[in-house]
Amino acid sequence: MTTKARTLYEKIWDAHVVDQRDDGTCLIYIDRHLIHEVTSPQAFEGLRIAGRKVRRPDLTLAVPDHNLPTTPRVDAAGKRVPIADLESAAQLAALEHDAPSFGIKYIDATAREQGIVHVVGPEQGFSLPGATIVCGDSHTACHGGIGALAFGIGTSEVEHVLATQTLLLKQSKTMEVRVEGKLGHGVSPKDVILAIIGKIGASGGTGYVIEYTGSVFRDMSIEGRLTVSNMSIEGGARAGLVAPDDKTFAYLKGRPMAPKGDQWDQAVAYWRSLATDPGATYDKVVVLDAADIAPSLTWGTSPEDVVPITGVVPDPMSFADPSKQVAAQKSLDYMGLTPGQRMQDIEVQHVFVGSCTNSRIEDLRAAAAVAKGRKIAPHIKQALIVPGSGLVKAQAEAEGLDKIFLDAGFEWREPGCSMCLAMNPDKVPSGERCASTSNRNFVGRQGPGARTHLVSPAMAAAAAVTGHLADVRELMA
Amino acid sequence: MKAVSKVEGRAYPFGLKNVDTDVIIPAPYLKTISRIGLGRGAFESVRAQPGNVFDDPEYAGAPIIIAGDNFGCGSSREHAAWALNDMGVEAVIAPSFSDIFSGNAFKNGIVTVVLPQEAIDRLMEVAKTDPINVDLENKVVTTPYQDRFEFEIDDFRRHCLINGLDEVGMTLAKADRITAHEQKLAQSQPWLVPTAV
Ligand code: SF4
Repeated sequence: MTTKARTLYEKIWDAHVVDQRDDGTCLIYIDRHLIHEVTSPQAFEGLRIAGRKVRRPDLTLAVPDHNLPTTPRVDAAGKRVPIADLESAAQLAALEHDAPSFGIKYIDATAREQGIVHVVGPEQGFSLPGATIVCGDSHTACHGGIGALAFGIGTSEVEHVLATQTLLLKQSKTMEVRVEGKLGHGVSPKDVILAIIGKIGASGGTGYVIEYTGSVFRDMSIEGRLTVSNMSIEGGARAGLVAPDDKTFAYLKGRPMAPKGDQWDQAVAYWRSLATDPGATYDKVVVLDAADIAPSLTWGTSPEDVVPITGVVPDPMSFADPSKQVAAQKSLDYMGLTPGQRMQDIEVQHVFVGSCTNSRIEDLRAAAAVAKGRKIAPHIKQALIVPGSGLVKAQAEAEGLDKIFLDAGFEWREPGCSMCLAMNPDKVPSGERCASTSNRNFVGRQGPGARTHLVSPAMAAAAAVTGHLADVRELMA
Repeated sequence: MKAVSKVEGRAYPFGLKNVDTDVIIPAPYLKTISRIGLGRGAFESVRAQPGNVFDDPEYAGAPIIIAGDNFGCGSSREHAAWALNDMGVEAVIAPSFSDIFSGNAFKNGIVTVVLPQEAIDRLMEVAKTDPINVDLENKVVTTPYQDRFEFEIDDFRRHCLINGLDEVGMTLAKADRITAHEQKLAQSQPWLVPTAV
C-alpha cells in the first residue's frame, strides 16, 4: 500500500477521526479542552439539566481570565478582593463552582499559574503537538504555534465536547503561508503576522487551516510562533500551525503537564513524524519575502488594514473594491484620521502591552529593551503592562523587567485579558487612541469609541516613550 | 434532553404574525449565565400590554403557543428557545417558522408544528376554552371537538424528539466508538490520553 503524501494538518486530522457520516461530516476526538468563565456557564448548565457528566475531566483545564481585574487580587491581609462588576463576578463565580463540581482542574484567580487561557495551555505543557485543542474563544488558534490543531468553538460546542470529548466537523482546506529569508532589524513575529493578514485579507483564510512554513518560522522562537498562530483567525482561518521541531520540544520539556521519562521520548518520535511529507500539496500557497516586512501596524478597524510604520494613512479611494472604499472611509472616520497623514505623526494617549498574542516573556523583554532608561511621554494617560500569566510575571520580575517598566512610568499589572477586550475595568475611553499589542482593532473592542492600532510589543513601548506611533528601529541601539 | 411524544394542555391563543426573537426575549436578558430563568423576560413587550394572553390566569402554565406566520424571525439567539423552555412551553403551532428558530427550538426539545392558517384560526377559537393535544407519534393535532389536523415534520427530527435525542445525545449514542478511539490512543499516544474511560 502506498500512502499519499499528507500535510501536517491532514495527519493530525486523520489521527482524530472517530466516525464519518455520509455527507463527510466527521466526529473528531478532542485531546485537550480549555475553558474560561465567559463561554462555559450555559454549557455546564446544559449538562446539569440533562444529567450528564464531563466525559474526560482529566483532559479539561479551567482558568479564569477575561473578566478578571488586573489590580491586586488579594489585599494586604491576604483576603480576596471582591469584584465590583456584578456580571463579571457572577461569571467568575460560576466557573469557580462548575469546574470542580464536574471534576475539572481549576486554576484559581489567585494562583501563580493563572493567566490567559492561551498562555497557560502551552506554558503548563497541557497543550501538546499533534493534539486537537479547543476552547470557547476564537484565539485558540494560538496553540498551533507548538504544532497542535487548535481552534475556537461556541457554547453549544463547549457542551458537546464536555459531554462527549468530540466535535462534529468538516475537514478544512489547506493553505501554506511561506515566508523565506531573514527578518530585518526591529521586525518581530507580530509584524510578520500583520504583514500576512495585510496580504491575504481578513477573510483570505476562510475555510482554510494555515500552515506557516519557511525559514522565518523555523528560525522563530516558540513565543513568536504562538503570536503568529494566534492571529490566524484574524486572517479568517479557524486554525494555523507550525510543524513541531527541536525548538518546540525544548520549550515543552519539563513543563508540569508535559509527558515525562520514556513517554517523552516516545512523544518526540511521534511529533517528528507529523511534519508535512515531501510532495504533499496545499490547496493554496501564499509566499512572502522576509526582506519586504517592516515594523507594521494597523490604521483602520479591520486587522487587514496594515501599513509599515514608515507609511501613511491610505486614501479610501485607493482601494479597487468599492465596498472596501466605503469600509475604509468609515474606518478613518471612526479612527479620526485623514488620508496621507504619516503614521509616525499620530499621537496616542494609551499603550497596552498584553493579550494572548503578545504577553509572554519574550514580548515583555522586547518592550523592556525599548523602555529601559526612558520615560513615557508626559501626555500618555495610561501605559499598561499585563503579563500573560503569573509565571510570566514572576519570570519578568526575576529579570528585573518590572523595575524597568515602573521606572519608565508604566503600570505593572496582574495577568488577564484586560484591555484586549475591555470586559474587565481596563478600557480605553471613547475617542482616545491606543497602541496595543492585542489582536483585534474592531470598533469598540477596547471600549466604546476606543481607537486601536495593533502593534508589536517593541513598537508599543516606542509609542509610549515618544507619545506617538513611532519606528522602533530609531530607538534601538 | 427530555423525550416528547405528546404535548397536551391549554394553549396561549397568541396568533401574532412575524414575532421576532427580540419579542420572545429582549437583548438585555442575554448577559445571563443561565438558560434557566429567562422565562421572566419572555414576551416582555407583549406583557406590558394590559389584557395580554401571557398574564391571563386562564392560560397560566400552558405548554402550547398558537402563533401567526413567521414565528421566531430576526436574531439567531438560542435564548429565545431557552426562554420558551423556561416558561414551560413544549410546542408552538404556527403557519410558518423562521429556520433558525425552528432549529434552535428542536435543539431544545420544543416541537414546532406547521399548520395552515384555517387550522390556526380554528385552534385559536378552541384554545380560549379547551385544551389541545399535539400527538407527535401520529403527527396530528386534535381538540375535544373532534378536530383533527394532520401535520408534516422531518422524520429525523421527530425521531430525535420522541427519543429525547439532542446532538449531544446522538453523539453519546456512539460512545462505544469514542471509547474504542480512546483505547487506540492510549496504546499509540499514551502521553496524550493516559487512560481509556
Ligand atoms: S487576550 Fe483577548 S483575544 Fe486573547 S483570550 Fe483574552 S480576550 Fe480573547
